[in-house]
Amino acid sequence: MKLWYFIMKRLFLMVIVLFGILVLVFFIAKIIPADPVGALLGGNAPPELIDELKHKLGLDKPLIIQFVDYIKGALKGDFGVSLKTNRPVIEDIKEYFPATMELAIFAIIIAVGIGIPLGIFSAVKRNSVVDHFSRIFSILGVSMPVFWTGLLLLLLFYYKLDLLPGSGRLELFIIPPEPKTGMIILDALLEGNWEAFWDGLKHIILPAFVLGYASSASIARMTRASVLDVLRQDYIRTAKAKGLPKRLVIYKHALKNALIPVVTLIGLRFGSLLEGAVLTETIFGWPGLGRYIVNALLVLDYPAIMGGTVFIALIYSLANLVVDITYAVLDPRMRI
Amino acid sequence: MKGDLLTVRNLRVIFHTYRGIIKALNGVNIWINKQERLGLVGETGCGKSVTSLSIMRLIEEPGEIINGEIIFDGKDLLKLSESEMMKIRGKEISMIFQEPISALNPVFKVGYQIAEAIAHAENVSIKDAYGKVKDALEMVGLDWKRTMNLYPDELSGGMAQRVMIAMALVTKPKLLIADEPTSALDVTIQAQILKLLDELIKEMGSAVMMITHDMGVAAEFCDKIAVMYAGNVVEYAKTEVIFENPLHPYTKGLLKAVPRIGRTEELEGVPGMVPDLVDPPPGCRFHPRCSERLDICSSEKPELVEVEEGHFVACHLFHGGVRA
Amino acid sequence: MEYQESERISRWRPLIEDFKHTMYLWRKNKLAMVGTVIILGFIVVAIFAPVLAPYDPYQQNLHNRLAPPSREHLLGTDQFGRDVLSRIIWGTRIELKIILLVTAISTTIGTIIGLISGYFGGVIDEILMRITDMFLAFPSLVLAMAFAAALGPSLTNAIIAISVVTWTVYARLVRAETMKIKNTLYIEAIRALGAGTFRILFLHILPMTVSPILVQMTLRMGTIILTAAGLGFLGLGAQPPTPEWGAMVSDGRLYMMNAWWISTFSGLAIALVVLGFNLLGDGIRDILDPRLRR
Repeated sequence: MKLWYFIMKRLFLMVIVLFGILVLVFFIAKIIPADPVGALLGGNAPPELIDELKHKLGLDKPLIIQFVDYIKGALKGDFGVSLKTNRPVIEDIKEYFPATMELAIFAIIIAVGIGIPLGIFSAVKRNSVVDHFSRIFSILGVSMPVFWTGLLLLLLFYYKLDLLPGSGRLELFIIPPEPKTGMIILDALLEGNWEAFWDGLKHIILPAFVLGYASSASIARMTRASVLDVLRQDYIRTAKAKGLPKRLVIYKHALKNALIPVVTLIGLRFGSLLEGAVLTETIFGWPGLGRYIVNALLVLDYPAIMGGTVFIALIYSLANLVVDITYAVLDPRMRI
Repeated sequence: MKGDLLTVRNLRVIFHTYRGIIKALNGVNIWINKQERLGLVGETGCGKSVTSLSIMRLIEEPGEIINGEIIFDGKDLLKLSESEMMKIRGKEISMIFQEPISALNPVFKVGYQIAEAIAHAENVSIKDAYGKVKDALEMVGLDWKRTMNLYPDELSGGMAQRVMIAMALVTKPKLLIADEPTSALDVTIQAQILKLLDELIKEMGSAVMMITHDMGVAAEFCDKIAVMYAGNVVEYAKTEVIFENPLHPYTKGLLKAVPRIGRTEELEGVPGMVPDLVDPPPGCRFHPRCSERLDICSSEKPELVEVEEGHFVACHLFHGGVRA
Repeated sequence: MEYQESERISRWRPLIEDFKHTMYLWRKNKLAMVGTVIILGFIVVAIFAPVLAPYDPYQQNLHNRLAPPSREHLLGTDQFGRDVLSRIIWGTRIELKIILLVTAISTTIGTIIGLISGYFGGVIDEILMRITDMFLAFPSLVLAMAFAAALGPSLTNAIIAISVVTWTVYARLVRAETMKIKNTLYIEAIRALGAGTFRILFLHILPMTVSPILVQMTLRMGTIILTAAGLGFLGLGAQPPTPEWGAMVSDGRLYMMNAWWISTFSGLAIALVVLGFNLLGDGIRDILDPRLRR
């Protein structure tokens, strides 16, 4: 009962925040001092043409009307037409988002797969070689800019060693699978298209690692701190006083408590993965939403900017919501 | 000085800290007989908890047991391997702690935690152990159906302590160590819990080491009392003897600070402060605060000697007794 | 009598002990020391850039483009023949400028909002918090990018954009502290003495929040640099020919195959400075953590 109430409350808050997001994005789009129409048509276009385009794009209506239209459109999922691709923005998003999703999923898998074990090991075997290595690894991970790590790894694995491909999701000569989920690797797996599967994997591993590295560092640190903290608690002492073997104590009693904040962290890192995706996709030529937004920003394709940003904010908010709910499910104390 | 259940001889424990080495236990001697109840009293920081944790071998870094013998039921616990020690913990020696709610794991239900203790002690699966959880909870006077499915933070202090008692006593341990079990509870609940402990322990036939800073609780509950100060046991005798004929100056000071019905003198504290255990006073650790000190007290540590039958004191004022 | 002596000393003892303990922890924490050294180095280089840099960072030398590291050019030259080392050295000034301005702006905005929100509570608090949530609903780089692009790519606008994204941290922090403090007896007493709201907020509550703000500031600096570098990399920050590190990494990207040094060293500079701030921040966090102080 308490849990449902909690979820409802959070959903309600999220709706308010989403509205706020729309307002904020609209505000950003309107403060653009540069004239997007002028940029589109070139500096010397005749005024009638400019006015015509302005009218066509609805830019000559009063601000309030524009805002209302915008909200109405947003609620339907209509963000207008991209000035660059000439397609409805929502179509563009549908095409590019799965690529980002796929990248993010692999990045999280790598981050958790490296981060949690490293963190646990570090905490349990304090000051051992692994602990020191892990801490250096972690602190470097959160200090190195994502785009630099990406470039260095590209330099090593692509330019110098020629082991992995440099960009894109699949080599041109490979037949891609039917786009069911839009995630090439998953689709290929479902279809049994092994060529595409392996090639897709080869393409994703570098960007996923780059994207996941910073998160894995963060997760490792958090896990270590959390485990250390939990091991200091009274109930761990009780568990030992009950005569429970150390392994059981750690893996059962300690971890269930220690992983709670880590789960929150994973959810939060998902948000920074979205940020990192922007940069990673640019470096690796990954055709995802991040790269789409960057390109839109550089040419001031403002429908695309608005649509893309709102969409990312939406995903980010959903991720946070899921984290909050998961946290409440895992920790019975949190169901306030 | 020997107890037929537990004998602790010359236990020394240190802690490594940034300021230096804390000499927490300076040669502690304790002994308990079967089914006997010993009260371990003293100020905060005198080493009572450290002693109990040492017996359970739960001292971890930066602490270290550097000397001594802990003979329990014929075996020196300090010489056992960790896996042998694990068999003793929770089964032959059980322990309950001061803050019962935080002593329970917040993410597991109460029933599970008790079942776990049973399963481990009796070498059965947790599923099978669940059957006994009902008995355990009823034993401590709780509504088992409801309590089993609660999480620790849904319990009151008194309920939580009952759960801990259930967990500790369901395995019928030979020795129960109770580290200030009622200090965190309201006074009325205190009385209830002590009464419960009293009944259950009689039923189980366990010995008890009750750690407390409350002389009243010690008087009520224990057969014998060991008074600790700054890492040493300074006096040891039957409860009545300690109250009626305290010998060590510190014990006398402690008793003067406790209000008692029938007494009309003013309460007095013991002047001075607890010593710094990184750099403790030489000789008798109490001598700087002692109003009856002799010259020898600042250079030689007094040993615990039997001054009259069953009454031991560690004080130079009473040399001439039989060395234990 | 002996115990009177110890009573007199005992009043000061806790404070002295505390300070000694802090210094001990600081020294013992090797990583924090490394961080401190790096940051001090960074600041020194920024201040003495004109003296330390061997060449003019803007001076082109098209005869010597893309030259590998050598004795004349320790870190090589870029696509216009400019000395990479000098550009990196001068870049410290830009980074320092960004850090200082962003911190100043975001702490000011954040603190004011936090104070108002925390002190007045109620509807004002709800509204301000929803606004904060709005800003927090975006991944910070994305929002900063959007602002930077909308305002027009330039260093100043990048600074504004990053500030817009950072103030929320301080707002939340100050609000939490204010809420804790406003109910203390101390504040009640002052209020009873007739102090006006403005006075209470700025003369009494604010000073008590300074310490956590300072800690947070240090912790944030690494993130600020990374965000700034990200914006620079995407072309949304300082414009060429300004030697901003992120932009330099981007420039070097085209030449990764044959002139790897451009991107590598500028990126290394970023990593090093961020590392310094992170180590320092970690150290501060460790030192202040009450549980680790035993």
